[in-house]
Amino acid sequence: MKPFAYVRPERTEEAVAHLAAHPGARFLAGGTNLVDLMKLGVTGPPLLVDLGALPLDGVAETPDGGLLVGATARNSDVAAHPVVRTRYPVLSQALLAGASPQLRNAATTGGNLLQRTRCPYFQDTSTPCNKRVPGSGCPAREGVHRDLAVLGHSAHCVATHPSDMAVALAALDAEVRLRGADGERTVPVTAFHRLPGDRPDLDTVVAPGELITGVALPAPPPGALSAYRKARDRASYAFALASVALVLTVEDGRVGHAALAFGGLAHKPWRARAAEEVLRGAPATAETFRRAADAELAAAEPLRDNGFKVPLARNLAVGLLGDLASRATAAAA
Amino acid sequence: MTRHEPATAQPRAAVRRDARQKVTGEARYAVDRTPPGCLHACPVPAAVARGRVTAVHADEILRRPGVHAVLTHENAPRLGDADDPTLALLQEDRVPHRGWFVAVVVADTPENARAAADALRIDYAPSEHDVRLSADHPRLYTPEKANGGHPAVRERGDFDTAFAASPVRLDATYTMGALHNHPMEPHAATAWWDDDGLTVYDSSQGATTVRDVLARLFRQPQQRITVVSAYVGGGFGSKGTPRPPAVLAAMAARHTGRPVRLALPRRDLPAAVGHRAPTVQRVRIGAAADGTISALAHDVVTQTSTVKEFVEQAAVPARTMYTSPHSRTTHRVVALDVPTPSWMRAPGEASGMYALEAAMDELAEAVGVDPVELRLRNEPDAEPDSGKPFSSRGLAECLRDGARRFGWAGRDPRPGVRRDGDVLSGTGVAAATYPVLVSPSRASAHAAPDGRFVVRVDATDIGTGARTVLAQIAAEALGAPLDSVRVELGSSRLPDAPVAGGSSGTASWGWAVHKACAALRATLASDPGRTLPPEGVTVEADTKEEAGRTYPYARHAFGAHFAEVRVDTATGEVRVGRLLGVYAVGRVLNARTARSQFIGGMTMGLGMALTEHSTMDPSFGDFRERDLASYHVPVCADVPDIEAHWVEEHDPHLNPMGSKGIGEIGIVGTAAAIANAVHHACGVRLRDLPLTPDRLLPLLTTRASAP
Repeated sequence: MKPFAYVRPERTEEAVAHLAAHPGARFLAGGTNLVDLMKLGVTGPPLLVDLGALPLDGVAETPDGGLLVGATARNSDVAAHPVVRTRYPVLSQALLAGASPQLRNAATTGGNLLQRTRCPYFQDTSTPCNKRVPGSGCPAREGVHRDLAVLGHSAHCVATHPSDMAVALAALDAEVRLRGADGERTVPVTAFHRLPGDRPDLDTVVAPGELITGVALPAPPPGALSAYRKARDRASYAFALASVALVLTVEDGRVGHAALAFGGLAHKPWRARAAEEVLRGAPATAETFRRAADAELAAAEPLRDNGFKVPLARNLAVGLLGDLASRATAAAA
Repeated sequence: MTRHEPATAQPRAAVRRDARQKVTGEARYAVDRTPPGCLHACPVPAAVARGRVTAVHADEILRRPGVHAVLTHENAPRLGDADDPTLALLQEDRVPHRGWFVAVVVADTPENARAAADALRIDYAPSEHDVRLSADHPRLYTPEKANGGHPAVRERGDFDTAFAASPVRLDATYTMGALHNHPMEPHAATAWWDDDGLTVYDSSQGATTVRDVLARLFRQPQQRITVVSAYVGGGFGSKGTPRPPAVLAAMAARHTGRPVRLALPRRDLPAAVGHRAPTVQRVRIGAAADGTISALAHDVVTQTSTVKEFVEQAAVPARTMYTSPHSRTTHRVVALDVPTPSWMRAPGEASGMYALEAAMDELAEAVGVDPVELRLRNEPDAEPDSGKPFSSRGLAECLRDGARRFGWAGRDPRPGVRRDGDVLSGTGVAAATYPVLVSPSRASAHAAPDGRFVVRVDATDIGTGARTVLAQIAAEALGAPLDSVRVELGSSRLPDAPVAGGSSGTASWGWAVHKACAALRATLASDPGRTLPPEGVTVEADTKEEAGRTYPYARHAFGAHFAEVRVDTATGEVRVGRLLGVYAVGRVLNARTARSQFIGGMTMGLGMALTEHSTMDPSFGDFRERDLASYHVPVCADVPDIEAHWVEEHDPHLNPMGSKGIGEIGIVGTAAAIANAVHHACGVRLRDLPLTPDRLLPLLTTRASAP
């Protein structure tokens, strides 16, 4: 490990100022991914600015009926929060589907959004990787890529974003609050992560020195049901082969609000707009759900060894749409 | 889950003696002590798959603060020949595979050592490499022997003719990728040289063996080398042979004149400490319409490295298992530019019995005979290969008892008919076998005047419970209360003993302990009235003669595994609902630690069947999954209701304890039972482990894909 300096400011402005003053410095929250990457030599920040003393760990209801989740709120606390469990079950389920209890006790909301791909070449400094060393090449495209992207990848990068939580946030139309030296701004979660294009080194739109202060969840649509489903190699502590988050309302047998997002398929949580287009106003039937999933996944470009992700994502989406639609119908009856 | 025993256990279920030390952190492992002046070493793995090191830019590194030395093939101590080329470290510029250690950096802290090792620039002259195993590889050859000293090829009768004439013929090929041992404690050592010679605290499965090998490598008399392996956090075979940490730490300590500590990072293990070699196994069975086997061939193709030949003896269990008047069992191997494979829990049996027992399930389906009944119909009168009678063979009893406990009777054999929504469920069975092995050992037994006893033997407790079981054996032989016996083990200063391997530890060490204690008891009994001298009485024993005896019997443990699985046809995920094993293993000496061995083996078999997936990267020559986030060992949530039972077995042809080994048989057959249950659940016969969703899903039909 490279030697580094460490500070633990108590005020948010101070934390932001530290980053502005020290190029290459990084914020440290739960450390569950950053510290691993430092040990692996993937990154070596000269300064760590620990966010642990900042007053950003709260979860509070907002006047508009939504919820503001602080950037340093722990994944386990957010998952267990009564309002999250009752009004945003998709978020609670996604958080609990991620990592292990020990990791969730340490990992934070902001850190979870900013975690980096688990592509094996990215994590192995003895191999090329365009995300780690721009221009060095992407061995994953022809190499070991069973777990990697089928949507939105580029010639430069086929990595996936590993978060479960972010997939739920994408389906919930959540917004990320950012604070930089020049003030605050808000970015929708769906626009927060980038596709790799020719700059796979950039995971997100966060500007250098900007700090995530929290994530704002709008009030859920009236009558909405939501859920998260994830397929993985083992029953716990494994990244998603594919996952799906869904927020759904059904009125008189027709789909009302439908927000669908996929995880494990792309460089970012994949909001399925084409599927939603098919769903909105259509009869809540298995046929509609299959058509919706197919509409979205028609864009998939699987690599040699990850074609299974397309039917997997399709089955997960169709299954979850069917289950939530049945529950909605049963609740209405 | 497993049954809870009362805490005040009888000797037959004695509580683990080191449990408290382990859970409180009091137990000291190989790098849990820092001798004064200790330095820290970090090895540097080769970054090419084959070639030569042309330059090591050590000078850049030596200028860094805290760096004391960089050892390479140019300056490392010259080693003697220890008959294990994987330990000929830093002796030449050749790189035989990626991950081979080409340098060691020694620094004042582990962090500085690691940073310097990462920064060390090394130039290579790479050559073309070949890391792909295939059943038609042009460089395949038939070795003389497979692991364990088994002949590579055995033939009886006329397989080809008998197979061709059989009314029912099964011909199936089963493949599995590499598997990695990944014990919780990585391979690690602390070493120093002083006036008494070399001392190494090493995470090993046998301190005597490590001492003997270090003596040859460093050209020292054995008395000048002390190896301590008091507590070991698992090994599963990968610590059964001496490993690079002990050698590199000792080299670095000699080079720097200071104690040196070295612990391998997790990511270095797959290339440095052995793996279960991938196999391609063709099984052919010719049978009568009632399932009686007349012809059986098991042909194994596997890989080794260019460093050392290791041949996974996967065709060997077919020589023991079933009636087969006409049989051929063969091994072929190719030396690739890959890390050297080695022992992993039940080498040969675990992989071979996956293929054979999956084939038996296919045969059962083909002839329409229940898979339990099919196995019973093919019970041999004597060991098919050797013709020797079995000293005991409890397979039939295990199958019957397991079937009864599992509720096998009345099972609907039809695959793919038990559906609940997207989920199909099914059950499977497979047999298990593991040979009875024993090696010579020494031990001493000491009686103190206060009525207490001390037993000394260089056994290793790698988590099996050896400390506890050896005390039980001693107490029984002495006729003394269990708590009057102290056991000292895990140091080469104690009487020489073989490794904890081949499920032979308890038999080998226990026999010597039993012999020493029986002799001590006789000595004490010969003069019942006497007062012991202040220094007490010590008796030594050596089982060279007993353990070396040949027996006119085939001696094996047997078992039967039953599994119930659920296959999600929408995702390809397989989850195990129940696992049940019944074993015939002679006398079980400690019910508590035995159960742990069985269910641990079964859990590892579950990983082999479903989750443990390793990919050899053809361009880099690396195993791609090198951490515990990507190499999926089963977690608690994967391990279901798991039961282990055993049948009473009195076998007089074993050892004074009447025991067979139990450390490995739990993994044997578990993968086949699960794979067979997957077929029963969904009708898909996937002959390639592990059965992960990417492989299974494309073969399944789901509700969502229905019209």
